[in-house]
Amino acid sequence: MAYTPDKPPLAESTDDLRARIPGWGADLDPKDRPAFPRERFDPDASGAHWTFPERQEPHEDRERSIEHKFVTPAFGTSVGLKGLSGALRRVAYRRYSEGRAAHWLILLAADRVDVLESNVGSFLSLHPDNPFTETGVVSELTHHGLSSRLNRKRADLSHQWIDPVIVSAPWVAGAAVAYSAAKRARALTSQGR
Amino acid sequence: MRAMVYRGPYRMRVEEKPMPRIEHPNDAIVKVELAAICGSDLHLYHGMMPDTRVGTTFGHEFIGVVHEVGPSVQRLQPGDRVMVPFNVYCGSCFFCARGLYSNCHNVNPNATAVGGIYGYSHTTGGYDGGQAEYVRVPFADVGPSIIPDWMDDEDAVLLTDALATGYFGAQLADIVEGDVVVVFGAGPVGLYAAKSAWLMGAGRVIVIDHLEYRLEKARSFAHAETYNFMEYDDIVVHMKKITEHIGADVAIDAVGAEADGNFLQHVTSVKLKLQGGSPIALNWAIDSVRKGGTVSVMGAYGPMFSAVKFGDALNKGLTLRMNQCPVKRQWPRLFEHIQNGYLKPNDLVTHRIPLEHIAEAYHIFSAKLDDCIKPLILPNAS
Ligand SMILES: NC(=O)c1ccc[n+]([C@@H]2O[C@H](COP(=O)([O-])OP(=O)(O)OC[C@H]3O[C@@H](n4cnc5c(N)ncnc54)[C@H](O)[C@@H]3O)[C@@H](O)[C@H]2O)c1
Ligand SMILES: [Zn+2]
Ligand SMILES: [Zn+2]
Repeated sequence: MAYTPDKPPLAESTDDLRARIPGWGADLDPKDRPAFPRERFDPDASGAHWTFPERQEPHEDRERSIEHKFVTPAFGTSVGLKGLSGALRRVAYRRYSEGRAAHWLILLAADRVDVLESNVGSFLSLHPDNPFTETGVVSELTHHGLSSRLNRKRADLSHQWIDPVIVSAPWVAGAAVAYSAAKRARALTSQGR
Repeated sequence: MRAMVYRGPYRMRVEEKPMPRIEHPNDAIVKVELAAICGSDLHLYHGMMPDTRVGTTFGHEFIGVVHEVGPSVQRLQPGDRVMVPFNVYCGSCFFCARGLYSNCHNVNPNATAVGGIYGYSHTTGGYDGGQAEYVRVPFADVGPSIIPDWMDDEDAVLLTDALATGYFGAQLADIVEGDVVVVFGAGPVGLYAAKSAWLMGAGRVIVIDHLEYRLEKARSFAHAETYNFMEYDDIVVHMKKITEHIGADVAIDAVGAEADGNFLQHVTSVKLKLQGGSPIALNWAIDSVRKGGTVSVMGAYGPMFSAVKFGDALNKGLTLRMNQCPVKRQWPRLFEHIQNGYLKPNDLVTHRIPLEHIAEAYHIFSAKLDDCIKPLILPNAS
């Protein structure tokens, strides 16, 4: 009990546990645990045959955290910066360190802009987005959507209804922008007459 | 090649993408044979991780065959079957030289606070991931290992993250014989952490979740005592009641940024992105552990702030331990445990889904349909 010195006895003895659970106590000694101690200076252990790696090229234009001295010798090239989202991301990297909330908030805003730009852009391509199949919701029908939720004490049921709102947000926003642009264009042309 | 491509929150499709190229002399290109979806991928899928660009391919858990190697690669050649740790790391920076492989300084220009991870947004370096037919593997002489002949392929892919991370979570908790261990989250990471806690001599292992089918797995797979937090008014009070009001010696957060159980916390973080992650499970861990105890955090959080109860952690004199798992350092010992039959990783695999149906796979895993625990992705299934 918390109010007296001794630790409460366990329900099972060490022998019980050893008998019930395969491998119980195999790593009782911390020395048998991997990565122990946590920091151990051993530069040869990793397999690296360099002290500083060769540099990946080209890196001149690669965005980087201003907490870094330079662009790291290796980096990912998954998707480059482009459009308005790219400009926002460049500002986030150039001006604000990782310590600043502005850095992350601008990047998050750029992510939302990117979705809008890319989804709208896809309709000018040979491969337009399909907002329905891309959500994978057909699995609700093939993988027990109803019985996975019915009569279950699941905490996430209280907010799952918000997900479709988030999914459709860029489409709704896109439609609203298109509608007001069309309205303004009509107003301008009728003024011109 | 065919690859999973992110199109926006909760949306993805499979596209024809150019083959990855050797971009650095120590790169390899690996043809993926088996991949997996991780709880961490859900943070990307839900749009919570800053700088997740449309067009990115996710996937940091994969195994495959070496297809091509760069000019400076010495240890691998085409045809080798390799398992690849989820960390991208150079092996030689200040941090790698000390074994902190998940904290490498030479692979992620976008941030200094996190190392490199495959398919995990530009915030972790902008590398494409392995939920695809082919993937670029930087520092091929450092990260990948040849899959031993005796190892099952599904076990190998689970070793690239989930198993190594679960074990690491138990390890960071510095468990001593007889410790009472409570694990929040019965996903793959939590289940492996609970199982590993016994190997380190735990005297009692408790697992908390709200998904009954996962708690069932915690009882059968991890031999744990389980509680569904939805059945208790206040799970922290319940933890005190079942530990004679002392609290657990050790708490492990295996939930992270998606945590449920408090509508406001969940919605402000997961849906509205006003926090770096929902700290519900972390706060429960802080409040459930005993004074002087240890909280080990495996659950991932974004780089923004979260409303964590630091005052309680200070006043209770807690030790907080956490990191991304340095996967390859964990392997030799975990290989032994698998060979001895102490760990059977692929007992948690519930779904094996072709790459072409990856959108469904994410929805099933995210919405927890069909009693899903760990979905694997098959890039070459027709
Ligand atoms: N540190 C690392 O190296 C590392 C590596 C892999 C995964 N992770 C992180 O570990 C976490 C778990 O990964 P996973 O693959 O097991 O994911 P998962 O989504 O399958 O599991 C999370 C579990 O937590 C449960 N849960 C939600 N709210 C809870 C609460 N308040 N209390 C208790 N349980 C709750 C969910 O029902 C679910 O079963 C994720 O945050 C992931 O990002 C970290
Ligand atoms: Zn992962
Ligand atoms: Zn390094």
